[in-house]
Amino acid sequence: MIGPCTLACMKSTLVEHEVLQRTLGEAMARGGDFAEVFVEDRTTSSAMLDQRRVEQLSSGHERGAGIRVVVGDTTGFAHTANLTESGLVAAARAAAAVARDGGGGVREIALGPLRDNPSRATILPADVDKARKIELMNHADDAARSEGSSITQVQVALGDSTRHFVVANSDGLFAGDHQVRTRFNVSCIAKGDTGMQTGYRPIAGTRGFELLSADAVAEAARGAARQAITKLDARPAPSGDLPVVLAGGSGGILFHEACGHGLEADAILKQASVYAGKVGQLVASPLVTLVDDGTVEGEWGYLAIDDEGRPGARNVLIENGVLTDYMWDYLRSRKEGRVSSGNGRRQSYQHLPMVRMTNTYLLEGDSDADEIVAQTPYGVYVAQLGGGQVNTATGDFVFGMTAAFMIEDGKITAPLRDCNLIGNGPDVLHRVDAVASDFSMTPGTCGKNGQSVPVGTGQATMRLTGVTIGGAAV
Amino acid sequence: MSQLLERAERMLESARGAEEIEVYVASGVDTEVQAYQGEVEELTTATSNGFGVRILNDSAGGARVGTAWAGSLDDEAIVNALREARDNATFATEDEFVAFARPDGVAAVSLTLTDDAVASTPLDQKIAMAIELERLVRSGDTRIRQVDSANYSDYVAEAAIASTTGIRASYARTGAYVSVEAIANDGGDDQTGWGLSAGRAPHELDIEKAAADAIRRATRMLGAVKPKSFKCTAVFDPRTAATLFSIIGSALSGEAVVRGRSIFANRVGEMVATPSFTLLDDPTDARHFAASVYDAEGLACRRNVLIERGELKGFVYDTVSARRAGTVSTGSAVRGGIAGSPSAGCRALQLAPGDVDQAEILRRVGNGVFVESLIGVHSGVNPVSGDFSVGVTGLMIRDGQLAEPVREITVASTLQRMLLDVVHVGSDLEWLPGAAAGQSVAIDNIAVSGT
Repeated sequence: MIGPCTLACMKSTLVEHEVLQRTLGEAMARGGDFAEVFVEDRTTSSAMLDQRRVEQLSSGHERGAGIRVVVGDTTGFAHTANLTESGLVAAARAAAAVARDGGGGVREIALGPLRDNPSRATILPADVDKARKIELMNHADDAARSEGSSITQVQVALGDSTRHFVVANSDGLFAGDHQVRTRFNVSCIAKGDTGMQTGYRPIAGTRGFELLSADAVAEAARGAARQAITKLDARPAPSGDLPVVLAGGSGGILFHEACGHGLEADAILKQASVYAGKVGQLVASPLVTLVDDGTVEGEWGYLAIDDEGRPGARNVLIENGVLTDYMWDYLRSRKEGRVSSGNGRRQSYQHLPMVRMTNTYLLEGDSDADEIVAQTPYGVYVAQLGGGQVNTATGDFVFGMTAAFMIEDGKITAPLRDCNLIGNGPDVLHRVDAVASDFSMTPGTCGKNGQSVPVGTGQATMRLTGVTIGGAAV
Repeated sequence: MSQLLERAERMLESARGAEEIEVYVASGVDTEVQAYQGEVEELTTATSNGFGVRILNDSAGGARVGTAWAGSLDDEAIVNALREARDNATFATEDEFVAFARPDGVAAVSLTLTDDAVASTPLDQKIAMAIELERLVRSGDTRIRQVDSANYSDYVAEAAIASTTGIRASYARTGAYVSVEAIANDGGDDQTGWGLSAGRAPHELDIEKAAADAIRRATRMLGAVKPKSFKCTAVFDPRTAATLFSIIGSALSGEAVVRGRSIFANRVGEMVATPSFTLLDDPTDARHFAASVYDAEGLACRRNVLIERGELKGFVYDTVSARRAGTVSTGSAVRGGIAGSPSAGCRALQLAPGDVDQAEILRRVGNGVFVESLIGVHSGVNPVSGDFSVGVTGLMIRDGQLAEPVREITVASTLQRMLLDVVHVGSDLEWLPGAAAGQSVAIDNIAVSGT
């Protein structure tokens, strides 16, 4: 269903068609091979409830254009908050400074009609009463505290953004998108004899306020509180190589780090990834079919078009253990004479696009989640992962567990304190020996070269025959 | 008076009735060059400006603040932001501790944090530095297989803060950096190493040193293996130690303390570290790249001793966290740009240097692990519980010398324990970009997890 549009989202081009054409012509005037104008308007709001106090209610607005000019293997980029024709032309000339050989003067660029993509949100952030947001945050606070008196701190954060952009390039592409995203996080601290422990649950989607029901936020809050309380009894995690069962959802971070970043074409083309030159090879257990999918509507990494105007797509990266393809943006696919896979993304108009993931997930298998645990005599059960990092050139990666337990005699037993797990991507992918059918997804923020973008990760409960647990108990 | 400050002052004129307004205005000029295979791969030039505004309404039950920001200084953006901030304030909870900073009589120090050379150096010269950096790394060692990025960047940043409570502050800063990541290979697995050099202007950068650092770090990791798990003393090099100090600094924020999120709460006067450990936050030391004349609320920055010879002396505060804690601001407000609200944070940490150099620390430690790079700090350190577990690459220390390289391991302990287990502090203080300078430190009882 398509929601009602506010006045701001009705102004669908942000900058006049003819002005964009002339700006592109100016950008190509010194002999560029390709030019692009990306115009963005973003409105955000955020609020925090800390210890039942409503704080830091903030509203933000930014608008501007990023212009890039490609000449051979060189990209020039400039951005401006001045969206008048003179502001855009000045930025176009700055970006074109990389084209040093001069050119034939201003080039004629003909843009097609705008291909616009309306938001699928049903309740737009601008239409939500702030009092209603505060009511939901208080509701989450109450729910968290109802889990027990050891909960001493509850922090609830609510944020939304309405991002409208148009992208026009010298190939004549002219496309727009309206992205509405909403997030709601609950962080709890429980205090006991052993000190303080934390619990955290996020809700986030490329959706409007309809994402947040009273039940959903209360459920997240209770989950965060229980996680903190449970960890009060946690013991230091073990160290060394142990079998690990990852619960469905946030375990997808494993694939995001273990191979996702290494399958981004910018790392591949620079031979800075352990997966370069491996298409067609068996790189993972046959149980692994990995997909990056910008089309999963409503998910945190959903996009109708990417930030280069290419439609989001479902791309199979690994099929039954065999590497099938990498992820591509405009620049890298152009070098290889192919088309972009819809993975060109940027944080804002102030940033150059690069190859980024959208929603990256492992297809579910046919094992039973409880059976997988029951058939693990000794190991670690990770209920929630909190993030990770990878060195794509060496393949070494870490991911942090924020809720984990021992598995002893096929049963989930003692809770464990937070720690990182470490492995090498190409090695760990072969160690997947069971995948269940309880698929779910988790939102996250992916950072790369200083740019953050929203992504989703997903998988069903699965087991790794061994991963190094970075605990303090030796 | 700076133009930005005039701009900020003009916005104060829109105050209505008894409300208070605080305006933070910032502008910047940035240049970034990325070189690849002897050519410019990316060249970014950008100017940006914007502001954040906070509006405060006081009443008998306490004050309420609303915030708004915009990425431009247009009249329309200003009018809209004032309206939004005013509206947001009506939904905040009345809070007796909420207030804007007021001049506190502490005089601002005079620091030279700008260098005109950032603006006056021709772009071609900056481009040449990035290209030369890449060339030096590629040609410096036959085992360097690839340089996936060699970068030059610089900025000129200005900001001003004005408030109806009497704050008037403006300041400027320039900076220039080069950084490079090298990939080495000698027939086995690839290894990486990165080098950097930072200064206030291009002429302060040491390209040869950055290149040599990247080469040395990448090549000496060649042949790295994953050792068995063991417990040992770990020696952190200046860069990784700086990361550690930043994490400790975040737990010394008065904001974390009053929000019940600090492992150091209620421990002032206790010995929280070994007597060799003295940590201070001193933005008035111009040698620190993060040095600043004013904090993010416009109060003068000052030198704050946090841990002295192992004893916890206090925390850094902004206005609100100080009032909540029953004390006064230490001039330590920080904010994440125009969109951020002020909070308390360390800005320019440094550890009092010890009297031994790195070689002597290695000799005294005898056997252990040398930590050269960290991975997964955000996912493996919990500053609330103190749990610490990070991925590491480095070298074994055997018989007081650096020995074979190790990879794919984690080092783990708790922050509380690590401070008490500091056995040596190096004299090799290194100024680094970021919130902390670094020097070598040796820490006992570290769990190394491998096979």
